[in-house]
Amino acid sequence: MLKKLKQNQFLFTELVKRDFKQKYKRTLLGMGWSILSPLLQLLVMTVVFTRFFGQNTPHYMIFIFCGTLVFSFFIEATNGGMETIMGNAGIFTKVNVPKYLFLLSRNIQSLINFGLILIVFFIFVAFDGIAFTWKFICLLYPICCLILFNIGVGMILSALFVFFRDTQYLYGIFTQLLGYMSAVFYSIDVYSVKVQYAFLLNPIYLFIRYFRKIVLDATIPTVWFHLLMAADVVIVLGLGCWIYKKYNTKFLYYV
Amino acid sequence: MSILEVNNVSIRYITGDFRDIGFKEYILRRITRNYHVQEFWADRHISFSLEEGEMLGIIGSNGAGKSTLLKVVSGIMEPTEGYVRRKGNIAALLELGSGFDGDLTVKENTYLRGAMLGYTRKFMDETYEKIIEFAELEEFQDRPFKQLSSGMKSRLAFSIASLVQPDILILDEVLSVGDGAFCKKSEAKMLEIINGGATTILVSHSLGQVRELCTKVLWLERGEQIAVGDKEMICDLYQQYLDKTITLEEAREKLNSRSVGTTGLEERTGNDKQEDRHTS
Repeated sequence: MLKKLKQNQFLFTELVKRDFKQKYKRTLLGMGWSILSPLLQLLVMTVVFTRFFGQNTPHYMIFIFCGTLVFSFFIEATNGGMETIMGNAGIFTKVNVPKYLFLLSRNIQSLINFGLILIVFFIFVAFDGIAFTWKFICLLYPICCLILFNIGVGMILSALFVFFRDTQYLYGIFTQLLGYMSAVFYSIDVYSVKVQYAFLLNPIYLFIRYFRKIVLDATIPTVWFHLLMAADVVIVLGLGCWIYKKYNTKFLYYV
Repeated sequence: MSILEVNNVSIRYITGDFRDIGFKEYILRRITRNYHVQEFWADRHISFSLEEGEMLGIIGSNGAGKSTLLKVVSGIMEPTEGYVRRKGNIAALLELGSGFDGDLTVKENTYLRGAMLGYTRKFMDETYEKIIEFAELEEFQDRPFKQLSSGMKSRLAFSIASLVQPDILILDEVLSVGDGAFCKKSEAKMLEIINGGATTILVSHSLGQVRELCTKVLWLERGEQIAVGDKEMICDLYQQYLDKTITLEEAREKLNSRSVGTTGLEERTGNDKQEDRHTS
């Protein structure tokens, strides 16, 4: 696969460029929006929960930021990924190109966005008086896992979307539910131990928790926690690759 | 071995199954007992082989399965039955105008398309000027692609695609793009590629073109291979069939009696298979 990727490097970079231009065409601020919109979202959430709901967790803004940072990356990458096969039908039904290139290029775009917001995140962390420790390097682990996880989910969704157009709407509802279930703006400490364990079944929560552990608590999660995350990634990515392999030649009958 | 070998290829489309009609329709049709999966064979038992430098013309009415066959030959589709063997790299110019992005500029689209056709960035940097010049779009380089006229679009598409130097070249109705002047230019360009030794497959509705360019003809009708081989005879019969002076059956009989048709080839491919077994 890597060899093939190298062969298609030129096509890949051109696709990334195209996705970028498509996304920001006719917007005044262009790429600025990719930073501004999550920041505005963060502002709204912080104001709502501190002023109206009386949240007084220390560093609450960073607490939420950890959540929205991970969650919005996941949503953007997977929502974009879902459309990649359908959206590029005009290309792969006429030219023989590997279909995963479209998905990867879309994910690269989301990753760049994520990178920008991550920089802002660190600036906020610094302003909030949180000390940077060497443990911050560990954040690379959840980031890498999340990238692979997003690709896997994108593969599954894009294939499902070809065969089953309702996927789009169902996924919209699912992500809304997922947003509430991932403890983006609340802490799970108030729940019983059993419920707290149940949260570990949610991969997105794992990523968010990892960020909070490192940034807010300055502790590295256990080995088991790392393995649990890796397992989630392997399952999802494996399933995605399997679907792509199995249906590779079937997609074009249904687009 | 031949450059291209298509052996007993069949392609089936399935319509009306669960994935095609969606969840709601599926349930409804199940309840009303109206659920049928339909099979449709776009191509059935197609066999031919091409040697180096040969040019095959594919003729047949609309919906005969020509484009589907080309998709299989170029590797975009997998045949449901049979197999295709290719030697060397392959370039397929199918429905030239599609696959462009309307919002990108002409230049960006040129690079994107070049990348899709497997060119390198270096090659594109070197030849970009030539492409634009050939397409006569110098003044439109930075315009969004959607602002071009449809003739300009296909001119650009042809110009990018005609730079390929493949071993196998597949042309689906591409020799009739643009206005009269460009048509001539593009035909000359194509001839240049063909004379360069590429094995070519050409789909065309212009019998004159087929007679002039091709060395071999394949006649498809409703997915079936009516005949493959000698171009003059097949073209004559096809013309008569189009004029409705003979029916398909009569044409088939004539072909069989002169032993160039489907039967002759089946024997040959049968032999090929045996040879394969020997060598392996």
